[in-house]
Amino acid sequence: MPEPPRDLLPGTPGDVADELVADSLAGGTAIGGFETELAAVALGPEGRRRKGLGIGAWIAIGWMVFIVGVAVLAQLGLLPVGSPTNVVASCARKGPFANDGTASGYLLGCDGNGRDMVARLAYGSWSSLVVSTGAVTFGFLIGGFLGLIAGYVGGKIDTVISGAFNVLLSIPAIVLALALVAYLQASTKGVSGNQSGFFHDPKVILILAIGVVSVPLLGRITRASALSWSQREFVLAAKAQGARNGRIMVREVLPNVLPAMFSIALLGIAVAIVAEGTLAILGVGVKPPTPSWGNIIALERGNLNSSPHIVFEPAILIFLTVLALNYLGDVVRARLDVREAGI
Amino acid sequence: MTAAGDGHAPVASSPAPPLLDVRDLRTGFETDRGLVKAVDGVSLSLEAGRTLGVVGESGSGKTVLSRSIMGLLPRRGTVREGSVRFEGTEISHLSPKEMRAYWGAQMAMIFQDPMTSLNPVMKIGAQITESIREHLDVSRDFADDLAENLLASVRIPEPRRRLKEYPHQLSGGMRQRVCIAVALACGPKLLFADEPTTALDVTVQAQVLDLIRQQQDERFMAMVLITHDLGVVAGRADEIAVMYAGRIVERASTSVLFADMKMPYTEALLSSIPKLGEPPHSRLATIPGRPPDLVNPPPGCKFAPRCAYVQDRCREEEPPLLDASPGHQYRCWFPVGTPEGAAAFERNRRAGLVAAAAIAAEPVAAGPAAAPPSDAAGG
Repeated sequence: MPEPPRDLLPGTPGDVADELVADSLAGGTAIGGFETELAAVALGPEGRRRKGLGIGAWIAIGWMVFIVGVAVLAQLGLLPVGSPTNVVASCARKGPFANDGTASGYLLGCDGNGRDMVARLAYGSWSSLVVSTGAVTFGFLIGGFLGLIAGYVGGKIDTVISGAFNVLLSIPAIVLALALVAYLQASTKGVSGNQSGFFHDPKVILILAIGVVSVPLLGRITRASALSWSQREFVLAAKAQGARNGRIMVREVLPNVLPAMFSIALLGIAVAIVAEGTLAILGVGVKPPTPSWGNIIALERGNLNSSPHIVFEPAILIFLTVLALNYLGDVVRARLDVREAGI
Repeated sequence: MTAAGDGHAPVASSPAPPLLDVRDLRTGFETDRGLVKAVDGVSLSLEAGRTLGVVGESGSGKTVLSRSIMGLLPRRGTVREGSVRFEGTEISHLSPKEMRAYWGAQMAMIFQDPMTSLNPVMKIGAQITESIREHLDVSRDFADDLAENLLASVRIPEPRRRLKEYPHQLSGGMRQRVCIAVALACGPKLLFADEPTTALDVTVQAQVLDLIRQQQDERFMAMVLITHDLGVVAGRADEIAVMYAGRIVERASTSVLFADMKMPYTEALLSSIPKLGEPPHSRLATIPGRPPDLVNPPPGCKFAPRCAYVQDRCREEEPPLLDASPGHQYRCWFPVGTPEGAAAFERNRRAGLVAAAAIAAEPVAAGPAAAPPSDAAGG
């Protein structure tokens, strides 16, 4: 199984996770003393492949459960927070530690229009997570399908599909996503004057745009993995027993390829969250007043001096979520690596 | 085996065509260096219920031969010529789609390494029932029962429980038994066993071979047993074909081959089996040199560079398959056990040829007929 291609994900914060692992190992050495150091040396780079998940993975899982829970509950209206669009003008730009009494009810302060930051962030996490998981799911399905066919069938079909992937990869990801958003917005406006349809939802447009960008990333991983698994003897054995190609692809090759796809998909969600924020700052993200982590930053990025909390709060959420996803992606890859787990 | 090859078979008088009839099969792979002639003009035939042993060292074309007969080689970059008849029907030109009716149902294959020929993420039961459900129109429950019976018949304890386990939960010998069960699932008439015991412990080898034999007898199944070990085929094959550089260099019924081998390569193979009677730390006999380049094979006999009997004629002129007796063919100008061969060997030994010196150190093999392994007589 190939290494998830860090080099294919420009700007992937994948190294952050590695550093975290390195830090945790180093920290263990300092605290646990000589024995831990010996263990760390003996285990070497494989040290994280141990029986349990490890504390880091549990923290990451806990964080993701928290964020997803908040997003879902907020969207269902079950979260005890105010409305994200309710304006209290007197609280505008008040930070979380404002002492003048005006913003006392707001844990994280208010944004530039005097809206509760807790509510904004809670509802915003829904937008960010829907866009990122939706986009990666799109890439996972389309890229996975194409990659599986390219890797298993090979030949001219592989040449065409891989060529298409390379063309998409050669365009800078953000430029491609911007162009796609612009194109999709223009073309959906042309369909009808009705602005409330499924394809007019800015989130759907973002999902499609970021999804298309993620197709070649997931597709190439799938192709490389499917290629190596297709040459295994059990594929030939299945063929010798009269199995059809489709059956071999779905039942023999795909289950072996999925771990690689899942681990890269987790990293992909992290990248997509950042991409949503980037597109928001460039002005084509989720449309206000619907909040998303990206557009909260985008709206107030000019007021970093006077009210930094409005930018930093969503930025910290993005950072922690990306970190957690990267770490989990690494854990999944290490644990589900069937080849090295001993066939 | 040859054009007149059917004459030797015990049921030759029967008008029915042999189960498998391969004529002049040639298989090559296109590479940057040229065409690698992995199988070069092989003819053989096999009656129902019989066993043919194919013996040769690594790279002699045994595996390619079996996969080429089954049509399992990738189409791209492969050149395949000649005729393969199964029960009288020509199958060499069939597309993979048409071959699917034969794969599994009529002919099946056991692979060398049970570690890699089972899917690590599929349960044992699913791997067995997959082909049953593909070829036989049966319900899922019936297929499960069949799979359980198959596992029991390959002597896997607690078959019902094993069906729900993954390959990594089984030992190597158990996995090869599962592979056998997979191959037998649809009751094939012809089984290719491609070095079925090479990846297994010696202690398990005999068990697995006996199991295959027993299943073969119960099902009246023909088998092509491919191995590099003459000891494996000695007691189990009705006939043996020795392959070298993509050709059959000697072919005979098992007892004849061991009693009266003509081809120096067969003799060299046999003498490289370590013998129990030798004192400890004796030097193991080897065949010096390596198999020839299959892109540009040398003219003359392909074994000449490594042969203890080699003469000038061998390097220039390739011997055809000659008849020693009915059903016994060989490819040699100076065969073992003949005055010509003895004279050629003596000349080489005096001249200090490496290969001859190596064999001369072997008291058994230097004689006209090497003693067969103990269980050879049963073949």
